[in-house]
Amino acid sequence: MSTTTENGTTEAASQSFGGVQARSGATLNAPRIAIRNLDFFYGDNRALKSIDFDIPDRQVTGMIGPSGCGKSTLLRVLNRMYSLYPGQRATGEAMMDGMNIVAPDADLNALRAKIGMVFQKPTPFPMTIYENIAFGVRLHEKMSRAQMDERVEWALSRAAIWDEVKDRLDSSALGLSGGQQQRLCIARTIAVRPEVILFDEPTSALDPISTLKIEELIDELKRDFTIVIVTHNMQQAARCADQVAFFYLGELIEVAPAAQMFTAPKHPKTQEYITGRFG
Amino acid sequence: MSITLSAGAVPGPRKDPAVALALGRRRKRADMIVRTLCVLATLIGLVFLASILATLFYRGFEAMSLRVFTHVTAPPGSEGGLLNAIVGSLIQAMLGTAIGTPIGMLVGTYLAEYARESRFGNMVRFVSDILLSAPSILVGLFVYQILVLPFGGFSGWAGVAALAIIVIPVVVRTTEDMLQLIPNTLREAVIGLGSPKWKMIVFVCWKSAMSGIITGILLAVARVAGETAPLLFTSLGNNTWSTDLSKPMSSLPVTIYSFAGSPFEDWIALAWAGALLITLSVLLLNILARSLLRTRK
Repeated sequence: MSTTTENGTTEAASQSFGGVQARSGATLNAPRIAIRNLDFFYGDNRALKSIDFDIPDRQVTGMIGPSGCGKSTLLRVLNRMYSLYPGQRATGEAMMDGMNIVAPDADLNALRAKIGMVFQKPTPFPMTIYENIAFGVRLHEKMSRAQMDERVEWALSRAAIWDEVKDRLDSSALGLSGGQQQRLCIARTIAVRPEVILFDEPTSALDPISTLKIEELIDELKRDFTIVIVTHNMQQAARCADQVAFFYLGELIEVAPAAQMFTAPKHPKTQEYITGRFG
Repeated sequence: MSITLSAGAVPGPRKDPAVALALGRRRKRADMIVRTLCVLATLIGLVFLASILATLFYRGFEAMSLRVFTHVTAPPGSEGGLLNAIVGSLIQAMLGTAIGTPIGMLVGTYLAEYARESRFGNMVRFVSDILLSAPSILVGLFVYQILVLPFGGFSGWAGVAALAIIVIPVVVRTTEDMLQLIPNTLREAVIGLGSPKWKMIVFVCWKSAMSGIITGILLAVARVAGETAPLLFTSLGNNTWSTDLSKPMSSLPVTIYSFAGSPFEDWIALAWAGALLITLSVLLLNILARSLLRTRK
């Protein structure tokens, strides 16, 4: 974990950009998802405009920008969540493994098994802690009870919550604290063994200590998973991300390795945003 | 354009303590009058309710005895009970609920999960709401036309069908309402794992809404337990012991209806006992439903 200073002032001369210090020396891996000329529409409203960029394999891509800029929309394009709602559609390409995610004939259940998502608010299912994990696994795999036990323990351990819940796997997940619930949701997502995990402001409903735990977890998870995280918190983007993409009014303004983004942004809008002058 | 008001520059006449006092008295008087009217209206309502309940409990308990539960209805003056009516009511209410509930749940699920904004969904919702408030005698006449006349006479099954039709819109409404309360983020979380929609509905949505749906079912049972009109034209009533659903079948409300209007003292007493039984069971169902909803929170 790179450290952060107190959130600083918004002085024009501040070279640390409001106290934000990015992880240093990050170079980007080969692309896992290649987004090309992607547009998104809520009805007639064009919410994303010709988005082009690559999401590097087994690294963290942070998406930042003011509310309504399209970053969450893009996240929901990547696992086709928008397909739940009539009137929402995407055009263009988001290629993964030679397959276009936004193609109308894509197998959505298989896609979502490959690209998991963790939401802003914890969303535990109304079942036991064990069943919360097993539910997703059973959707895609057949296995014995012993194998399932192993999988559940593995997922909960990876999500750094095993020690807290191992003695009460059969009690309701709704009884966990907010931070625990969120880690349970991460475990549930991991248990399906996706390749990409999307985080939609995963810590905005959590206290600072739970936030720290989740951030440490993300740092650990990127060894095995490609991660995309939407965040409103500049420090969080700096702490977690290897690559940062800045969105504004539905356009991708700038995308760069985190170190570069937070020390030498090319676009004046980016600089204004990360120094806290608007947003 | 800001106006600065110093203490001496308040527009209007000087504040007069006597005027303020008089205005205050007037406000208090108006408050007193409105409050008295409200309390009075409440009291009038309560007096009627209390007198109904008091008469019911007095006459009902007076007529209550073990015989009510052990003997079937009998001619006046020959020591009858209500056993056949109680059992008939239980059978018809239970079967009616058992048939109406799955249909109602599936329709409610369709409205909440599949047709939330579609034209057809709105139409179904509207029709169901009309059915919910339709006079129950219409349901009785409807079943009379399609089940009693063509199939050669009154039967327990016809009564069950009529009660099921009354149960359906109640369960549709509660199921839909309870499913609507589930946040979309929970649905997205299930879908996000790669789950097909039906598994999301069965394993997560229904489970989340279960206590609310059960509450609705209990209220539906309470509703049909007291229905008389739909049974008059369908299961008719039966003064002998019968659990054969293809024959006319006795029920508490219909028995109360015919006994209460009779000139015989012992029949009238039994009608009170039956009314008390229904009231107590409806009360019990309502308390059960409320406590279920409370534990949900």
